[in-house]
Amino acid sequence: MSNVSTVAFSVFLFFFLLVTILGFVAARWRRAADMGSLDEWGLGGRGFGTFIAWFLIGGDLYTAYTFVAVPALLYAGSAIGFFAVPYTIVVYPLIFLFLPRLWSVSHRHGYVTPADFVEGRYDSRPLALAVALTGILATMPYIALQLVGIEVVLQVMGIGTEDANWFVKDLPLFIAFAVLAAYTYSSGLRAPALIAFVKDTLIYVVIIVAIIYLPTQLGGWDAIFSKATDSFATANETNADAIAAGSVAPKSAIPAPLLHWAYASLALGSALALFMYPHSVTAVLSTRNRSVIRRNAALLPAYSFLLGLLALLGFVAIAAGVKVTNPQQAVPQLFENEFPDWFAGVAFAAIVIGALVPAAIMSIAAANLWTRNIYRAFINRGATHAQEAQQSKYASLMVKFGALLFVLFVSTTYALDLQLLGGVWILQTFPAIVVGLYGRWFHRWALLAGWAVGMVYGTVVAYGNPKVGDPGSHFGSPLNEFPFTETLVYIGFTTLLINLLVTVVLTVALRAAGVDEGTDATSPDDYGADLGDEDVQAELDPEAAAH
Amino acid sequence: MSQSARWTLILVLLAPAVVLPLLVPLYDSEDPTLLGFPFYYWFQLALIPVAVVLTVVAYYLAKAGDRDRAAKR
Repeated sequence: MSNVSTVAFSVFLFFFLLVTILGFVAARWRRAADMGSLDEWGLGGRGFGTFIAWFLIGGDLYTAYTFVAVPALLYAGSAIGFFAVPYTIVVYPLIFLFLPRLWSVSHRHGYVTPADFVEGRYDSRPLALAVALTGILATMPYIALQLVGIEVVLQVMGIGTEDANWFVKDLPLFIAFAVLAAYTYSSGLRAPALIAFVKDTLIYVVIIVAIIYLPTQLGGWDAIFSKATDSFATANETNADAIAAGSVAPKSAIPAPLLHWAYASLALGSALALFMYPHSVTAVLSTRNRSVIRRNAALLPAYSFLLGLLALLGFVAIAAGVKVTNPQQAVPQLFENEFPDWFAGVAFAAIVIGALVPAAIMSIAAANLWTRNIYRAFINRGATHAQEAQQSKYASLMVKFGALLFVLFVSTTYALDLQLLGGVWILQTFPAIVVGLYGRWFHRWALLAGWAVGMVYGTVVAYGNPKVGDPGSHFGSPLNEFPFTETLVYIGFTTLLINLLVTVVLTVALRAAGVDEGTDATSPDDYGADLGDEDVQAELDPEAAAH
Repeated sequence: MSQSARWTLILVLLAPAVVLPLLVPLYDSEDPTLLGFPFYYWFQLALIPVAVVLTVVAYYLAKAGDRDRAAKR
């Protein structure tokens, strides 16, 4: 059944089981009152200090995205994949500037989700519903990326085959899904928090070995870069006709000038998207004060350096002669070829657990959004604590199931494209959330219209994008020509601009027409409030109503 | 330092960390290489410590600003 050694598989299984058991035990860890309430299940009692919070935030960003999705692009000769580095540089100054304001207004008014804030700021339940639905939808393809990460590791280990039977073929995926669903369901946020320690230790060990040991084995970075460049040149020569015909993408270690805008817009678009995901907002709001957010923004880029070196494992795999048809298997295959068996097992465990943790965190955050802003706001206004906790558990299962559907039915070229599709959607909440933190000039109905136009336009364009060499296929690329030009730009970026344009134009029109713009529940002073100020809650209560 | 001067300074500090990584033509070349890394790769990696230093300075400025604000209350 397995094409890796028994040793590698046993070591992998040991860590995997360890984590699974920890996940279940976590339910008992630092238990406060009872697990039956949403507060306990969804925010882990919020007794986490800075140190644990730091691990949790890191866990959100450094995942299968880093180990599998990004190196896959570089392995395939698409240097544009390195945009992940500028993305993770640009995002921290933005967090530094935007999120302390969200923290302040949320801690003064008891906002637990971005939808709460939007409802308070714009006095609009439809807009809050739109923001909540977008958060849930956008999280699914992001979790899908994590599932793909787990899947390729299991494939490299020989579980599941290219069998014609769809169930056998996707068995690794179903196993991963089942484990994730089971332990998140029983332990809530405590599971990922406790596992984050095991995960980060494993990941650091694997990364350090991978970026120090592997290059020395392969003649140093000089040799790695020149071997990668040579292999791209050879591939381009072999496929010269197909490249000229546009059915094969040319390979390159540095993006062509044609792709400069694509590169910059992917980086900026991803950075603007990241902190609006429900799980990012949960993490930020659970910090102690404004200052902690800024301190984290200054410290977290340390992770970006590792991300960059991990991305380059795509080139290391080429230099090591790894030949895989699915580029996403490149790094797991590299580990299997180059590491001693026992350490390959450790590395596989690191990748899989590194995908499980963020997937769990993301699904819980999306589930809380469902319970608070849809279930309690629209379906059952008088819900009890137990009903809410039960709703969140069901919702987190549904979100993971939605992610599974994305993996099975949205066949993208790269898993990275799934996350970028989520980005297209979540970016449509930018005008309401981030611009709303600075002013209230936008009209609530204009924001809703801009959001709707952006969602439809972005989805239609992404759907209509065929893969290279496969006309008629869908979701083939996160890039599209910017309207009225031939410049390729990230769809999410273009869509955000269109969204903003619609919002501005309609705001002017609606204001001229004197349409009621509702009452702002917040005051300018709220956005700079800090712990110790009047009415600022140290900890948010997800079961209490916003005020 | 007044609050507005302080925040202008913070914005000026953070601007390069946002803008430089997005200016692809600035670092779109093979040479000069460093420790085997083409310029394109090492320059982007080198921007990380630069961004860290800028953000840490901005953090202390903002923290002092918050302290002043609290003292006035």
